[in-house]
Amino acid sequence: MAVAEITKRLSIAESLRQAITEEMRRDPTVFCMGEDIGVPGGWGGAFTVTLGLEEEFADRLLDTPIAELGFFGAGIGAAMMGMRPIVDVQYGDFLFLPMDQIVNNAAKMRYMSGGTVKVPLVMRAPIGATGRGSQHAQSMERYFIGVPGLKVVAVSNAYDAKGILKSAVRDDNPVLIFEHKLLYGSKGARAESGAVDATSEIPDEDYTVPLDKAAVCREGSQVTILSWLLMHHYSMSAAESLANEGIDAEVIDVRSLSPFDYETIGASVRKTGRVVIVEEGPKTGGVSAELAAGIMERFSENMLAPVHRVASPDVPVPFTPVLEDAYRPDPPRILEAVRKIIQH
Amino acid sequence: MTQLATNISIGRLSGYDHDFLLRLYEQMVQIREFEEGVKYLFLQGSMPGTIHQCQGQEATAVGVCSALNEDDFITSTFRGHGHALAKGLSMEEMLNELYGATSGCCKGKGGSMHMGNMSKGMVPAIAIVGGGIPLASGMSLAFKMKKTSQITACFFGDGATSEGAFHEGITLAAIWNLPVVFVCENNLYGASTRVDKVTRLKKLSDHADSFGIRGETVDGNDVIAVYEAARKAVEESRNGDGPVLLELLTYRRTGHSRRDACHYQHTDEKKEWFDRDPIDLFGRALTQLSGIDENQLEGIRDRITQQFEEAVVVAQKEPQPSLDELTTDIFA
Ligand SMILES: Cc1ncc(C[n+]2csc(CCOP(=O)(O)OP(=O)(O)O)c2C)c(N)n1
Ligand SMILES: [Mg+2]
Repeated sequence: MAVAEITKRLSIAESLRQAITEEMRRDPTVFCMGEDIGVPGGWGGAFTVTLGLEEEFADRLLDTPIAELGFFGAGIGAAMMGMRPIVDVQYGDFLFLPMDQIVNNAAKMRYMSGGTVKVPLVMRAPIGATGRGSQHAQSMERYFIGVPGLKVVAVSNAYDAKGILKSAVRDDNPVLIFEHKLLYGSKGARAESGAVDATSEIPDEDYTVPLDKAAVCREGSQVTILSWLLMHHYSMSAAESLANEGIDAEVIDVRSLSPFDYETIGASVRKTGRVVIVEEGPKTGGVSAELAAGIMERFSENMLAPVHRVASPDVPVPFTPVLEDAYRPDPPRILEAVRKIIQH
Repeated sequence: MTQLATNISIGRLSGYDHDFLLRLYEQMVQIREFEEGVKYLFLQGSMPGTIHQCQGQEATAVGVCSALNEDDFITSTFRGHGHALAKGLSMEEMLNELYGATSGCCKGKGGSMHMGNMSKGMVPAIAIVGGGIPLASGMSLAFKMKKTSQITACFFGDGATSEGAFHEGITLAAIWNLPVVFVCENNLYGASTRVDKVTRLKKLSDHADSFGIRGETVDGNDVIAVYEAARKAVEESRNGDGPVLLELLTYRRTGHSRRDACHYQHTDEKKEWFDRDPIDLFGRALTQLSGIDENQLEGIRDRITQQFEEAVVVAQKEPQPSLDELTTDIFA
């Protein structure tokens, strides 16, 4: 499919595809490696992001064996020698296999070499509980924040997805991008039930979105809700309901999970004095734990109430829908937390 | 080249009693009926989650599990319904699991990709490609240290042979001479990727040489060939003559998962394999035996269809877990 034929309102899957296409046209060192990404008649990866790209980039869409440690490691090696690979796992849960290569090699190479080596590698991983059971559902961000030398971002809408992927490709460091299965907007047989609309208007001109900036998506004065990926969409819808109750919530898409953008977050906290962090994934040891601690260290004199967290219970993701729905934080739980903190 | 059967001559069935042969047939039919029925329920939208099915691969599960004792164990994968049924899990406990009911074999917490029942010799299936292989070695290490006579049959796909877990797991079994049979179901594809695109080996059983163990490639659509190869491998590993790597050549008649229209499989290839359907192949041979006729086979199929349909009606009404169940079963 030629890029020009795509309408301007794109899904995340489409805008990522567009970003990869444009970056590969712009720079011959950019290439993709992954499982089932470029098979004619196939799916363009598990969530259609690279669908059809093999037609234009036959030599730069490398279908790999099921060998995540191998091809992530190969991606690091190729990056060290001047290429700009984009590697992906079909489900974030599989990141445990290449984790050694990511943490021990990609993230530390710059430091260990005394600043002489560059690893311009992009890694992509879909996360989220979607009716598939415990091993295709985990929120993996928690395991990768706080790894010195690794940048971690999460994309919640199509505009950001395109701009962040471009920034990641052009960055000289390893960048891990988290995406959410319910936000891709994959179509046809690959559509997800429970999907949420994350489409955006995409401008014609080339643009990037920085890797280290949070985004204020709804301005408000009484409470700051911090979240990312699916939980950001749930937070936005909770904020709408709160407005009807007369509660004015500011909603920030954290986006940059490592490092955090304390400038944007701090400006909001100074204004509202109240923070609710919403996270899909177990509460203990989660991203929200680090974020809450960081906020308290920096802005405690501005706080009117302790940081409140909404997260999943400390259990693996269950299969059965009744339990999965109870597992995943939802707008009612966010409302409840905000009401509580407002009364504080 | 491994000979791929286009018919099973009755001479090869002569040493077996009819009850045994009919049981093999029944088990294969049960898997096919279960998978086709479940596929319909998914498409209809009444069943949650996703599924990876094994229509066309029934002979591998049945041939291998028929060579095992009840207290032997298997490990399985995301494509595990056939292995589970062949190891003796009931359609009922599996349907209940697929519907997320507390009466499911994993209380609704596992789902399609993690079917298992310890009392029937199946640990919950592992959905990480290759992830069950080191487990199988460890299970067999326990059997050896505890001096039981059990073995493990470890099922995985062609795709798993690229994972580190395959090489690391089998190396351990090889050096410690563990009682385990590694069963590689080579259905020619790992998801949408054809096997010849991701290996230069002509036979995946040649991996055995790199571990210093015996390997064998067998027609995985010929249930008798699978059974005989499995029986030999099981005997060797049980007797302490080392692990064996079996490669069973087969084909999946359906998409990789519920969401796959399978446009990457070639028409000729599909036809060649569909013409060698494991149930048809075996059914045709059975009806040539005196004392077995098509009516009998039809009776088996009807009985299973009815049992499946009754089980669905029950499963759809089985109680779902209460919310307290969310936080149970975390620690022993
Ligand atoms: C470590 C890991 N990587 C990728 C996947 C996604 N995935 C699930 S099944 C599959 C293909 C497996 O192929 P094969 O081992 O041949 O088994 P088959 O599907 O043919 O039964 C892939 C890539 C996974 N589950 N685990
Ligand atoms: Mg396969």
